Amino acid sequence: MAEAFTTVIGAAAPLLRDNIDTDSISPGSRSARRSGKTEFSEKGTSQLAEDLFANWRYDENGNAIAGFVLNQPKFRDARMLIAGANFGCGSSRESAVWMLKEFGIRCIVAPGIAEIFTNNCFANSVLPLTFPEATVRELAAEAAPGAPAAMFTVDLAANTLTAPSGRTWQISLPAFRRRGLLEGLDELAVTLQDQEQIERFYAHARPEWPWSYQLGKSPQLGKSP
Amino acid sequence: MPLTLLDKLWQRHSIADLGEGFHLLFVDRHLLNDLAGRGFLTLNRRGLPLQHPELTFATADHTVATLWNADADPRGLHNDYVKNLRENAATHGFHLFDVGDASHGIVHIIAAEQGLALPGLTIACGDSHTCTLGAMGALAWGIGQSELVHVLATQASVQRKPHALRITLEGTAPDGVTAKDIILYAIGRLGVAGAAGYAVEFAGSVIARMPMEGRFTVCNMAVELGARFGLIAPDDNTIAYLKGRPFAPRSDLWDDAVRDWKTLRSDAGAIFAVERTIDVSSIEPQITWGTNPGQVIGISENIPQPDAFGGDAATSAQAALDYVGLTAGAPIKGTPIDLVFIGSCVNGRLSDLREAASIARGRKIAPHVTAWISPGSEPVRRAAEAEGLADIFRAAGFNWGRPGCSMCAASGDLMREIALPKQRVVSTTNRNFVGRQGPGSRTHLASPAMAVAAALKGCIADVRELG
Repeated sequence: MAEAFTTVIGAAAPLLRDNIDTDSISPGSRSARRSGKTEFSEKGTSQLAEDLFANWRYDENGNAIAGFVLNQPKFRDARMLIAGANFGCGSSRESAVWMLKEFGIRCIVAPGIAEIFTNNCFANSVLPLTFPEATVRELAAEAAPGAPAAMFTVDLAANTLTAPSGRTWQISLPAFRRRGLLEGLDELAVTLQDQEQIERFYAHARPEWPWSYQLGKSPQLGKSP
Repeated sequence: MPLTLLDKLWQRHSIADLGEGFHLLFVDRHLLNDLAGRGFLTLNRRGLPLQHPELTFATADHTVATLWNADADPRGLHNDYVKNLRENAATHGFHLFDVGDASHGIVHIIAAEQGLALPGLTIACGDSHTCTLGAMGALAWGIGQSELVHVLATQASVQRKPHALRITLEGTAPDGVTAKDIILYAIGRLGVAGAAGYAVEFAGSVIARMPMEGRFTVCNMAVELGARFGLIAPDDNTIAYLKGRPFAPRSDLWDDAVRDWKTLRSDAGAIFAVERTIDVSSIEPQITWGTNPGQVIGISENIPQPDAFGGDAATSAQAALDYVGLTAGAPIKGTPIDLVFIGSCVNGRLSDLREAASIARGRKIAPHVTAWISPGSEPVRRAAEAEGLADIFRAAGFNWGRPGCSMCAASGDLMREIALPKQRVVSTTNRNFVGRQGPGSRTHLASPAMAVAAALKGCIADVRELG
């Protein structure tokens, strides 16, 4: 089971830059470079939250840059990030989502969110929401005072995003994505129930397009190291 | 109804329609790199087998030693990521193009070189530049780690069918303008989100005349337009490229394959959601000035004024200039540089090295510049050495390395192959993001020829002036 997503209440950190790439969100090599070795675990490093936006959050000596939004006390416990267009573009690294989530961010709001990043969000029960640019600006303006003055509520069961002023926007998600989040469905577990259908497809495809599957050279399977 | 190439490839692989544009797609080739080891940890923890090892192929590229330490560990014997990939190949029984093997290299390069990527296939890989292989007329896309585990366990992937966007490239590129300049120019024109959410098909007379290696360069950067998929319809070039490749179709199936592949093109009258036409006749060699690939100009242009962009884009442009240490309004030509890197999945092929060598021949790099070349694969490395290209580079003062992602993502040899803070790099790679080539590094993307010109002059230079 994945983690269910129902309601999230908290401050929203405004970071209205366009084209924030996943290298910026997750400068993945930072902890490895610092420690001189790489942790080999499913999520790579135990310092995910600390390394989030590291190149923007810390100066050359590793000191926090006070002006950066996530370093401001009123956004340290932010649950949402309000970003510019094309958020999460670039590398497919899922660590970008892991780091945001470890920091506490459970919902991204932007005028556009990159596609691989979007899928990575759903896989981790983080909610990617796209709204028109004007709406995102309005939300960012309401978010600016931060906690505890400005708290947002996402209620996925009710399909609503409510700003501190009480203004409410409808959330629109593909039905199976919404159900997956609400029920904490694990996409892999769902697909595995249909594995027979996948195998039937493969059994049909092989004689239909044999040149796609009968290769000139046979793969060497399981070659010993 | 007339169909686009995207429609045809999608229909052929849809196992189930999940509604609202989402489909469960069969994955014909799952390509793995050395960062996939973490996905196997999940697979093992969940007690799941690798569903189709015969459709799974792996190589190590991101973390391997390619430059400084390449000769110290040429087989990756001391690299945990490589060792882990080997263990998984043995345990789960998939084909590994191992470090040091004759066919080893960057995954997106060897998949084509070995004939694993074919027209009409679906190809998934845990790397956003998998769109490179769309140049073969395949549906090829990058996936995250959870999606990767899903493909390992099921050989299928849940994807939203994008709308199709066609970029028609017309005209004749002037001398000194390469496939890299054309795609950089297109990104500059359309913006880094210009194709966000679309699949991009590249077409037109420029593509029709372009050799396969240039087409890989173009499709490689589809993701820098925001597109998950880049596509080029297969033609006689594609078929000639594939003939005789090790993993290409069995010889008795070849004629049938070719007949099928020739049907894989957008029908006349097929509707694209968006159409763009770009004339390449008057473009110049390109160089990026900022911190995304769309912040690009012709070499004789001046660095733009941020105010010219308006609104948030002006703020981003100013932040980019501050980061890269350039002044608005000044010429970019003549900007002193520290490092040159030639290689990567966008420009690590033999034709790239020939292009670079044609400029480097008989010349010397500037004394203050360090210049590295990492051939994209072992076959590229051997061919370049046999043709004497490596000798030309060495004589000019370049260092000649081994294949891998190397300095592109500052991941080579476990993050040691990097530029230092404030070092300025002219790089043939595909991303000039903040910190991409190391914390504080300043990257200028360009073609291999332009990278050599910069190495020789010691500053950002116009390759056309070198002749």
